[in-house]
Amino acid sequence: MGLSGIEIFKKLPKTNCGKCGVPTCLAFAMKLATGQAELDACPDLSEDVKEELGEASAPPVRSVVIGTGERAVKLGGETVLFRHEKRFENPPAFTLLLSDNMDEAEITARLKKFNDTVYERVGVVLRPELVAVKAESGDASKFGALVEKVCNETDAGLVLMNEDADALSQAARSCSNRKPLLYAADKNNFESMGNLAKELSCPLAVKAVNLEELSEVSEKLIAMGLKDLVLDSGARTAKKALEDQIIIRRAALLKKFKPFGFPTIVFPCEMADNLIKETMIACQMTAKYGSVIVMSEIEGHSVFPLLLASMNIFTDPQRPMAVDQKIYEIGATNENSPVLITGNFSLTYFIVSGEVDASRVPSYLLIKDTEGLSVLTAWAAGKFAADTVATFVKKSGIEKKVKHRKLVIPGYLATISGELEEELPDWEILIGPREASHLPAYLKQWSAD
Amino acid sequence: MTFEVPKVSYTGKIREIPLGREGNTVIVGGESCYPFHLFEGEMPHPPKIAMEVYDSEPEDWPDTALEPFADVIKDTAAWARKCVDTYGAEMIALQLASTDPNDKDISADEAAKITKEVSDAVDVPMIVLGCGNVEKDTDVLKAVCEVCEGRDLIIGPVVEGNYRAIGATAIGYKHTVVASTPIDINLAKQLNILLGNLNVPDEKIIIDPSTGALGYGLEYCYSVMERIRMAALIQEDERLQFPIISNLAREVWKTKEVKVPESEAPLLGDMKKRGILIEALTAQCVLLAGADILVMRHPEAISLVKESIKDLMT
Repeated sequence: MGLSGIEIFKKLPKTNCGKCGVPTCLAFAMKLATGQAELDACPDLSEDVKEELGEASAPPVRSVVIGTGERAVKLGGETVLFRHEKRFENPPAFTLLLSDNMDEAEITARLKKFNDTVYERVGVVLRPELVAVKAESGDASKFGALVEKVCNETDAGLVLMNEDADALSQAARSCSNRKPLLYAADKNNFESMGNLAKELSCPLAVKAVNLEELSEVSEKLIAMGLKDLVLDSGARTAKKALEDQIIIRRAALLKKFKPFGFPTIVFPCEMADNLIKETMIACQMTAKYGSVIVMSEIEGHSVFPLLLASMNIFTDPQRPMAVDQKIYEIGATNENSPVLITGNFSLTYFIVSGEVDASRVPSYLLIKDTEGLSVLTAWAAGKFAADTVATFVKKSGIEKKVKHRKLVIPGYLATISGELEEELPDWEILIGPREASHLPAYLKQWSAD
Repeated sequence: MTFEVPKVSYTGKIREIPLGREGNTVIVGGESCYPFHLFEGEMPHPPKIAMEVYDSEPEDWPDTALEPFADVIKDTAAWARKCVDTYGAEMIALQLASTDPNDKDISADEAAKITKEVSDAVDVPMIVLGCGNVEKDTDVLKAVCEVCEGRDLIIGPVVEGNYRAIGATAIGYKHTVVASTPIDINLAKQLNILLGNLNVPDEKIIIDPSTGALGYGLEYCYSVMERIRMAALIQEDERLQFPIISNLAREVWKTKEVKVPESEAPLLGDMKKRGILIEALTAQCVLLAGADILVMRHPEAISLVKESIKDLMT
């Protein structure tokens, strides 16, 4: 933060080699300044320059990575309080809590469910990301065995929770290559915990009973040279948690208060006696600044809505979500099924496909790439003009799938129908309803003849 | 480094608006801080939930949403009574969906008759919402205003295309209007200015900046609500200092995700609990963005949200 594009440019190699994916060093510098590129994309920077620029361009909430490889989860990195001010960067990691007091079969079943729970929406993979292993038995060997089991049965990142520093150290050493989050350093043990995290290069959670204490312990750990911290303010009620999360984020952003410049860990699992209520609290924390959100169970009816909320809140407001350009077959289509066309704004796709689905009339939905713009905006911007629509229809392969030649266009685009008929002489252009909600009625009376 | 709580200093305040007939009023608004930011301001009136009822038997609801109302679904007035008597509804929202010319297209007089029956059946404040067709809503809501004189209804959606006709009638019969605009802070402000110019009193305006369901554009509404609250409280934009209503249930319960049975999509989990949570989470998000009145459907989703409001307030 703070360095301008020009200031960054001065430190770059100025070779315009393009290896970073941007044609010139100046353009790359501009992207760095607005947070749209990562320093690591440039292969020719010296370590010194990297460090210098890294410090200067670091977001006020540090990015912390838990886990490794494909399942590494990046948290924090936030630069705003409200998503409309720019965007939120890294969605929260919904985390399954397992205790070393649970019986083996229960643990196996919960882990399996955790692993199986993966959704895809608009090309984005949504899943619970982390497993927290908590010591409750008081038996270090039981804890160690559970950590080992979890490591064997999932690639996901881990949170190791143990108040016994020796037991935690032992378990952490056994899986430090997985970069687990160590939970937690507090005002009494921060020195040994800090040293352990430093030695193993693992992120470290900081736990306190209130914000005051949290800032003190965090500050001491920073002074010890710790960089990757995750904060637990100790709040265990919805109201207090909301307050603390807001204050932590504000202090980091508005006051550049370093001890709070880290992602947070929150525990809905300790704040409710049933999963449904826990889900409500987790939703609150998704909107207001939780990063690691620990849940007592992962169940589809709970985590799926939470992942939707997270996806919504973390969508970049400046870049609408888009789906792929192609033919979507809804229901058991055949050569006499209706053919509809619309734009690829994800909301358009979801609503139109939902209504087609509800109509129970199997249909082909052609989604044309409109760069994520809604139908009317796309038309105004020339992305839904008759000639480009015609090219897409011809190339899509739909002519091989249906015998008829009737194409339903959105009601709002009635105006292009004449031109489209000229561009697609074999096709009859039908003007569909203006609102998607009228599609079921429309499709029910549609006929290929 | 000593730690200091960074507080926002608010200069504006949301209007307090009493709704409903004397003796049975509910007050909304009055906030002097962002939603639930009680460490730096006040929310004198917790957000309220209006339970929705429909003017005819719904055809496209999943069983999970129908079940609580199975015994009253054919009788709108009985339905409203059940919401109040059994589920403790603080307000009722009558959705006049059958007036839609693309649907059953029932007449304005018929809609007014149903409204009157519901209005006579319950005492709580009542919201009456047209189908969203600009011309039809004008006829319907004018008729509704007339037959319910003295009931102090909240009527809408009042939009740029019909605000004069409906606004004038609402003034005459002393009803409150829901000023509806399509997800845009400037349009929301503009319509409030127009209503002011028409002499609709400020204490008779509620704003509806549009709502999308979880997974269906909720983020747009969320951000517009946050921006409206910011303008109202920090930038003292007095034409935006109105309570916000979110008509969310009908958006939620038409999505595919509440209708897919677990047998078809095992990963989505229990269909009933899922539907309830999608409604409740949509509500939770708009509450955190600034909504004052939520129009909701499932009694279990409602009790979850009520509990959540209580937890955040106390």
